[in-house]
Amino acid sequence: MKKELRFTVNGQPYELYIKPKTILVEVLRAHLGLTGTKRGCDSSSCGACTVILNGMAVKSCSVLALQANGGEVLTVEGLAKGNELHPLQKAFLDHGAFQCGFCTSGMLMSSKALLDENPNPTKEQIKEGIDGNICRCTGYNSIIRALTGVVKGEYKEEK
Amino acid sequence: MIRDFEYLTPKTLEEALTLLDKYGDECKVIAGGQSLLILMKQGLVAPEYLIDIKGITELNYIKSDAKEGLRIGALTPHRAIEKSPVVRNGFAVLAEMENRLASIQTRNWGTIGGNLCHGDPAGDPAPVLIALNANLKMASLKGERTTAIEDFFLDYFETALEPGELLTEIQVPVVPPRTGTVYIKFNVIESDLATVGVAVSITLGSSEGICQDVRIALGAAASTPVRAKQAEAVLRGKKITDNLLREAGQIASTEAEPISDIYASEEYRRELVKVLVKRVSREALARAKQA
Repeated sequence: MKKELRFTVNGQPYELYIKPKTILVEVLRAHLGLTGTKRGCDSSSCGACTVILNGMAVKSCSVLALQANGGEVLTVEGLAKGNELHPLQKAFLDHGAFQCGFCTSGMLMSSKALLDENPNPTKEQIKEGIDGNICRCTGYNSIIRALTGVVKGEYKEEK
Repeated sequence: MIRDFEYLTPKTLEEALTLLDKYGDECKVIAGGQSLLILMKQGLVAPEYLIDIKGITELNYIKSDAKEGLRIGALTPHRAIEKSPVVRNGFAVLAEMENRLASIQTRNWGTIGGNLCHGDPAGDPAPVLIALNANLKMASLKGERTTAIEDFFLDYFETALEPGELLTEIQVPVVPPRTGTVYIKFNVIESDLATVGVAVSITLGSSEGICQDVRIALGAAASTPVRAKQAEAVLRGKKITDNLLREAGQIASTEAEPISDIYASEEYRRELVKVLVKRVSREALARAKQA
């Protein structure tokens, strides 16, 4: 029997009827068409599916969609404000912090969650903040440089 | 592929216990689902009814009391334990263990109760809680009962929870003075499950350097988390020396009953037990001296 899922995604309210077995990443990608969130391993190992649920980074491949009922989800599509990229996105571009780009959505969301909780992390804390996200291409250093740039205030949003 | 199920969301413990009683072995409980969903995706667990208890906020708490010790509700997320000032100040080894458990994302959503009830012998919380002499409180419609955590694990992924029972609380007694507790797990990738994990708690007596009490807990070294009681006997009541630590490690490695799998052979796991028991005991002793 389908159940009602009411939640906001990137500030937009949604009301869906889904089978209870539906996983959050399926709702985002297949039901809402938000394909920025990626399914990498589907087993909680890679982090490419990371979104921010109720203010916390979670692996959407491992969350029952109905557990987001009444909640708020932020996906990578919600980072930019119109045409204005988020400081993290600008930094990732500047520092070449992606190659194939598959891990990037998850990396951005884990990075956002990290900086939301701690705006001034040390390099060790940055590494810890993204340690749930695997990157096959970059070797992580460009990602860490991008994050360090944001932390240093190089991408302060214009008022 | 996950099989379809009926989905129920009790809001209170009472409601949940009533549902568990009603549906018996046709139902399964989900909290954060960080372990369960993996099994369900593989088709290894396929209940008719899934009882989602994540919304039972009354089981999400961390309380500390100078007499009673630490009380953690079963639905407390790992991340909350990791970050809790109460835990960090009084039971630091728990926060350290949580910091190394899986990834931040998993710790944000997964709960300590869910982890313990999953019953994976390689899990991190169990050995640490065994070293801390913890008790577990369980509830059913018939009432409550408490059991020592080392009696909670029966076999691979099998716990002492009776039908109709839910784990409700983890109770960690006040740490005796001059006690040091340390947990180290060996793995290839940090934050992976332990290939072997060892937690040791050493309490020093009033006489200089004499080990008054010791608890050695092994993870991923048997079909359940276990205490290495024979190894403990080597150290208890003695002044701890390097030779004694070596002996304890050696004996612990014979007490272990590890498996061979793709991560390590049985022989390698025994070797890890031998080395880690010695190493972790040494660190626990150092911590006890500073306590």
